Amino acid sequence: MSTVAWITLVSPLVAAALILLVTRSSKPLAAGLAILSSLIAALGAWIIFTRGVDADFHGFNWVDFGPSFTLPFGIALDPLSRTMLVIVTSISPLVFIFSLGYMKGEEGYCRYFAGLALFLFSMLGIVLADNLVMMFIFWELVGVSSYILIGHYFQKDSAADAAKQAFIVNRIGDFGFMLGILLFWIATSTSTTAGTISFAGLNASAGNINPAVLSVAVILIFCGTVGKSAQFPLHVWLPNSMEGPTPVSSLLHAATMVAAGVYLLARIFPLLSASPEAAEIIAWTGAITALGAGLLAIGQDDIKRILAYSTISQLGYMVTAAGLAVSAALPMFHLFTHAFFKCLLFLSAGSVILGMHHEQDIWKMGGLKNKMPLTFLAYCAGMLALSGCPFFSGHYSKDLIMACAWDHHRGVFWVVVIAAALTPFYMARQALVVFFGSPRSEAAKHAHESPRVMTVPLVLLSIPAIGAGWPFIEHLFFHEIGPLAEPEVPGFVPLVFLGAFVAGIALALVLYGKAVKDPLRIPLLENRFYIDTLYEWIVANVQGGFARLLAFVDRWLIDGVLVRGSATIIWTLGFALRFLQLGNIQAYAFFFGAGVIALIYVLLTVH
Amino acid sequence: MPTLANYLIASGLLFAIGLGGVLLRRSIIIIFMSLEMMLSAANLSLIAFSRFGLVSGQQNYDPQVLVFFIITVAAAEVAVGLAIIVSLYRARRTTHVEDLDHLKF
Repeated sequence: MSTVAWITLVSPLVAAALILLVTRSSKPLAAGLAILSSLIAALGAWIIFTRGVDADFHGFNWVDFGPSFTLPFGIALDPLSRTMLVIVTSISPLVFIFSLGYMKGEEGYCRYFAGLALFLFSMLGIVLADNLVMMFIFWELVGVSSYILIGHYFQKDSAADAAKQAFIVNRIGDFGFMLGILLFWIATSTSTTAGTISFAGLNASAGNINPAVLSVAVILIFCGTVGKSAQFPLHVWLPNSMEGPTPVSSLLHAATMVAAGVYLLARIFPLLSASPEAAEIIAWTGAITALGAGLLAIGQDDIKRILAYSTISQLGYMVTAAGLAVSAALPMFHLFTHAFFKCLLFLSAGSVILGMHHEQDIWKMGGLKNKMPLTFLAYCAGMLALSGCPFFSGHYSKDLIMACAWDHHRGVFWVVVIAAALTPFYMARQALVVFFGSPRSEAAKHAHESPRVMTVPLVLLSIPAIGAGWPFIEHLFFHEIGPLAEPEVPGFVPLVFLGAFVAGIALALVLYGKAVKDPLRIPLLENRFYIDTLYEWIVANVQGGFARLLAFVDRWLIDGVLVRGSATIIWTLGFALRFLQLGNIQAYAFFFGAGVIALIYVLLTVH
Repeated sequence: MPTLANYLIASGLLFAIGLGGVLLRRSIIIIFMSLEMMLSAANLSLIAFSRFGLVSGQQNYDPQVLVFFIITVAAAEVAVGLAIIVSLYRARRTTHVEDLDHLKF
């Protein structure tokens, strides 16, 4: 089994290396290698999942300083990583295949597929890592490969900036993550034994760590999640990452990258649930993110940005679910269902964008349901699942989170219920504007259905998007991770959920049913709560001011005074002393004699 | 009977005359001779100290040996110095120090 696990992990890396080093010139070979590697990974993942392997395969020691300090590199297989592995590897091949159609004739075709494969490798590393440091390495690798993929159209300034922003904002969160790892290391080390960073060791020692230290460490680790899973206030990179090709957005937002943060929380769940203060902060961060991003989604006009904000909002749910500290399975369940329907939504958005000849403004679309029937149906499946329509996957996972919130944290409950009402509202808004009504532009009139290579993944994904939440599937994937029992809630609570869904859809129908222009223009939402503006201001003034100060110090103090100043002093001295060089030997003899006399005088008089 | 002071005064005078010659005369030959005179002044004071400075009632002959060495080395030096002066004269057709000022700023 160990071989299967290692092949699963390494095959995308091999594919990425081969594409970049060997087959750069051949497009079909590049795409073929990437897809093949993702299929191998998927096969390996399903073998591991169906066999139900529970093991920790030690690979090698990355850093080895004897018993006092080793950084092992190994694979941990347990119910959590098995389920996550299946999610990641099942969605990736579909996205890879979809890319065949979407990227046809685009520049940097081979680079793109190499990036996808590298991305998949990094993500698998996060999933399979058996300790925090190894996870951190792959965590950063995900950052790098997302940088490559978001900045795929690097000739465009906006894409290059978005890639940079994604990387840097993630780094801010990752700094906290790193500190958290160190704190755990310190907290678990004693005078005789070294600290532990393996998940198994940490989760077992949750009770032995000082509660205050534990809370701080968990919150620091959570910083990594805030960055990678785009929680407030580090959510800004995710909507901008829409600059990448749409399949990339789909991969980033569904099963990989953003899900990594939630997976991390599930990984350290025993630690998290042992520290109520940290859990409280995590739950509130998630709830605020869910609500705030839901509001922001209403103010967006770009088809992909709306989905991006909805992703942030759904990630807020997952983080809240982790913060409720009920069970590691709770956030993972929503991650699972969300991965399918969000991937589906992005791929249908990609299909729409391709049909519209790379137009992304929803107010230039309209009436596409007859021209792109398959895309429309797939989109509806995804939208209803996301909105929490009964019998669709999102309904099960989201309602479970809200029911647990009712049970554990009443304040968070009301916040997420409001967010739950916003979800159907902005999704129905998007659906109504894009697919219904009359075409609002020439491109919309001549839109066409996408090729088979794109619609087949859509149809395939629609199936799990609808059914991934059904109880028997939930049992199959999650009963081993932790208990997922429906908490006892009063009879009106499920009605509140249904009411939120119906109210959201109804409000959208009233507002956008016949709208030609956006009837709801709220500057605060369109400007994204001015958070981006605030960050720009901070970068321009605080960071820019500091940079100018440093530039001043560098230019005038270091360069001017120290470097050029000392050189000038020496030069001036040398210039003055040159005039002593008369060329007359007797003058030199005189200076010499005078010097000797002066020396004798000094020696005789000064004691 | 002259005292140590007499010898030292004579030595000092010799040294001063030599220094004056080095600093003031123009011809490099004369400067060279003055230089030798300064060496002799040093030798003279060394001999005088040897003659009058008794070490536990005994004469100390070490300075006198040293003086022989100095005279020998000075003779060798004179040979080298004169050779340089001769070749200098051949190259420049002058032995005046004012004309030999090329090593200046």
